[in-house]
Amino acid sequence: MAATETAATLAPTPPRRRVVPAAVRRRRFLVGVAEHSLLIVAAIAFLAPFVFMALTSLMTTDQALSPKLWPEPFRWSNYTNVFEQAPLLRYALNTLIYSSLATLGMLVSSIPVAYALAILRWRGRDLVFLLVLVAMMLPPQVTIVPLYVLWAKLNLVGTLAPLIVPNWFGDAFSIFLLRQFFLTIPQPYIDSARVDGCGEFRIMTTVVLRLAKPAIAAVALFMFLLTFSDFFGPLLYAGDEQSNWTLSLGLAQFRVLHQVQWNLTMAATIIVILPVVVLFFFAQKAFVEGVTLTGVKE
Amino acid sequence: MSPWIVGFGVFFGYPLVTTVYLSFTHYDLLEPSRWIGTANYKYLFTQDTQIWPSVYNTLWLVAIMVPLKVMFAFGVALMLLRARRGVGVFRTIFYLPALAPPVAATLGFVYILNPATGPVNGALGLVGIEGPLWFSDPTWAKPSITLLMLWGVGNTMIIFLAALVDVPRHLYESASLDGAGPFQRLRWVTLPSISPVILFAAVIGTIEALQLFTQAYVGSTIAAGSASSAGDPSNDLGFPEDSTLFYPVLLYQQGFRFFNMGYAAAMAVLLLIVSFAITMIIVRNSRRWVHYAGAGR
Repeated sequence: MAATETAATLAPTPPRRRVVPAAVRRRRFLVGVAEHSLLIVAAIAFLAPFVFMALTSLMTTDQALSPKLWPEPFRWSNYTNVFEQAPLLRYALNTLIYSSLATLGMLVSSIPVAYALAILRWRGRDLVFLLVLVAMMLPPQVTIVPLYVLWAKLNLVGTLAPLIVPNWFGDAFSIFLLRQFFLTIPQPYIDSARVDGCGEFRIMTTVVLRLAKPAIAAVALFMFLLTFSDFFGPLLYAGDEQSNWTLSLGLAQFRVLHQVQWNLTMAATIIVILPVVVLFFFAQKAFVEGVTLTGVKE
Repeated sequence: MSPWIVGFGVFFGYPLVTTVYLSFTHYDLLEPSRWIGTANYKYLFTQDTQIWPSVYNTLWLVAIMVPLKVMFAFGVALMLLRARRGVGVFRTIFYLPALAPPVAATLGFVYILNPATGPVNGALGLVGIEGPLWFSDPTWAKPSITLLMLWGVGNTMIIFLAALVDVPRHLYESASLDGAGPFQRLRWVTLPSISPVILFAAVIGTIEALQLFTQAYVGSTIAAGSASSAGDPSNDLGFPEDSTLFYPVLLYQQGFRFFNMGYAAAMAVLLLIVSFAITMIIVRNSRRWVHYAGAGR
């Protein structure tokens, strides 16, 4: 049903100037309202979980356990209380260390690889690209056992190092995305830089980096978000060492420790979601462009 | 380039090979690994009572959650394409949930779907429907996770939207001239034009489904904690009744709670083969129905 309806607008809309009979116009208006009402209903459904979470975060403990939806009174002190219940600032600092160092390392290491895969021509390039694809597609669980053993032998389980260090050696998904974008850079730009006597390193750091800014911003954002939200990695490597917990890990444990306090749990949840939302509004364009880029076929 | 080769070797190549080796050993991290031949695989295929439920659960995600997610993302994108006003606002609203960190999103959903006090069952109660126990009911736990994943459909939706905008107008025009109605245009113009993107969404969705861990881990531990205040932490994964015991969850439990490293490695090898095969099947079959513009020269 919905599919049939929506397909109608895929047809080109007739030019505005033509005189349209009143009946048709009214019908078109009603259809428009109907379409938008469907959108509005869907939008409300998408927003509702956030709203319920925010409302609950402002309730008293008893209210949060009742079917009531509206906080009475608003308990803003929940938000300060949360910081006393769990070392959220410590978790936030750990998260920031993990996310920023991982993102930085990914950029430094992945850009040259993507450059080599997209711009340079050399034997075995296709094979290496295939390896990147394989590394990207396989579930991380496939290699997790030996990696854990490796980090355990290095006595680094319990720290954030096992999460950060691998990113300094390149991240398959980022390499793939950057390569896709680098391919769209017109070859004449690079050739003329070569004619002017630029070395490959200078071409990369000047011509390509400047042209690929949106892609690099998107890849960095993705990496930051991915590491910020990561749960499996911190659980595995920092799970036993609370001083190295990240926000995601601390949040998951918060509920276990504070069994019935849904209000505080939701306050903590909101605190974890908020930085991401703020980041999104600052970098919306890069986000949307980046997501679109993931869907670009060769 | 060369640091990456080193990194690739240390963090991917070496572990991949070692996984295969470890899968033939008994290893608990404390004592040196001991070669035990195919014993892990024998146990896996014939004796482990949890393995088949976990395989079933994960395949359930691939068979039911992934198609739902792709269709839902496509539907939302079509709706957005149709909107004439406030596209930016709507797009932001639909995208936002995809940003919520999985732990936070799962916590929110466990609360909203809380059987006794959550708003969803409250609303269902108003219209006379007795809501299910959601995360605490073995038949509803996976649908609960599916709902959660549908809420976070934003990335796929944006990709579809970009593809839909790119469908050449003249194709619709000539289809209309040939007398194609809206449904026929959707079937014969829109779908073939964006089929590579549908394939892409299906592959990514399948890879995601095979790896699903965080939502199940957080959902089950919290629902289990609510069910019994004692909450035995060693036995809460997969709650209720192993219905959310997905393959990666079982692998985690075996490897990093029970420290049966050899056995976990055997599970990893199986996962490697299956995920590789599934991806291959999708890519192969796609040749039949995916249309690449300019292909077939």
